[in-house]
Amino acid sequence: MSDQTGTMVHDATGVDPLPDASRRGSRQMPLPQQRGPVSALLCGLLAGTDPEASRQRLVEAASLAAAQTPDVLFDEDLQLALFVCYELHYRGFDGVDDTWEWDPELLRARAELERVFEDRLRTAIDPVDETATTAQEVSDALFALAEGGDGPSVADFVLRHATTDQVREVMAHKSVYQLKEADPHTWAIPRLEGRAKSALVEIQMDEYGNGRPGRMHSELFARTMAGLGLDHRFGAHIEHVPAISLASVNLMSLFGLHRRLRGAVLGHLAIYEMTSSLPSSQYSRGLRRLGFGDDVAGYFDEHVEADAVHEQIAGRDMAGGLIEADPATRGQVFFGAAAVCLVDGLLGAWQLGAWEQGRSSLRMPLEAEGTDHGV
Amino acid sequence: MESDGASITVCPQGPLLVRGDFSLTDGTGAEIDNDRGTVALCRCGRSAIKPFCDGTHKLIGFDRPKK
Repeated sequence: MSDQTGTMVHDATGVDPLPDASRRGSRQMPLPQQRGPVSALLCGLLAGTDPEASRQRLVEAASLAAAQTPDVLFDEDLQLALFVCYELHYRGFDGVDDTWEWDPELLRARAELERVFEDRLRTAIDPVDETATTAQEVSDALFALAEGGDGPSVADFVLRHATTDQVREVMAHKSVYQLKEADPHTWAIPRLEGRAKSALVEIQMDEYGNGRPGRMHSELFARTMAGLGLDHRFGAHIEHVPAISLASVNLMSLFGLHRRLRGAVLGHLAIYEMTSSLPSSQYSRGLRRLGFGDDVAGYFDEHVEADAVHEQIAGRDMAGGLIEADPATRGQVFFGAAAVCLVDGLLGAWQLGAWEQGRSSLRMPLEAEGTDHGV
Repeated sequence: MESDGASITVCPQGPLLVRGDFSLTDGTGAEIDNDRGTVALCRCGRSAIKPFCDGTHKLIGFDRPKK
């Protein structure tokens, strides 16, 4: 950590690719197992295996479930269904026809789920800091919001107390986003102009490795998972992660896929960047406490340095640049920022609560891996 | 907007954000390994990865008004 020239030292060739990186890139995840009536109909429809599943029934089931859910953030069925709907826009599923992405009835069902999801967030979040006007004021206000979360921190727990099994659980939760790190925010690029767009691209260049595939943050994360003996193919742990973990990823897709929420996706990214460098240092030191080396901790070392840059760009130039150019987006930016604080706070509390009670934070414990997926 | 050359943003209570065309060298003139186009240089003096920023300024109330 105290290396004079920073933590990441590279030779001329950059980082060697993962042994199965090329295979990983072309593989699609399988459709997940259903977790209730909506996801059962959705997966049955997409797989073409359930003769009872029809578009009409799916829309009706989504509408009914959305009206009846006690809390959509913790609803396994609805968060999984939303995840499946969104994933059609990213990499799709093995054996599922790509044309489902723009199927009008499927989009109608998705809209039912999105409505209850967004309503839940808007009910929980008070309008915050509606006065920040200049880019610097926006940056200051976002940093204050990022610092506001006083709750117990998973990164701090990893630093001090976590066992290797608990760290593996943390990575399984994270993997649903981190193995496609940066993608949800990239949807916003063509929806912006000027300073905000330039700033977002500046950040994303770094996320995508500045032209070196082996330096993409998603690849660095795959390396961390491999070092922990975890399957690092996208979607490999989908059956394990609970609703609140899916909600944290669905939040980014909701914001990223709707142009009307372009301010929210920037607010979301700004908070992600502003809550990364210090926790990444805690993760890195925690992994070293458990005896892991650069191959596992390297992802977090990279984020200590990268996100100390990104948080400055994200607050002032990106989010601040958007609000200066289009003050009407201010409410959205701060809504997006508050939403990530809320949802990721709940996810952290879920993980720490489970471990406090001596159980797994996943829907089922991780099985021993490392040799069974043919690296 | 920016021509050739570097631009430096003095981030309030934070690092120096350096963009553009620059080289980073240590006291002997040796180039400091730098992976990214834009860098944040520590201004609070407490970073563990100097000369780069690691966000520590946020923990120590760097450059904030005295209470």
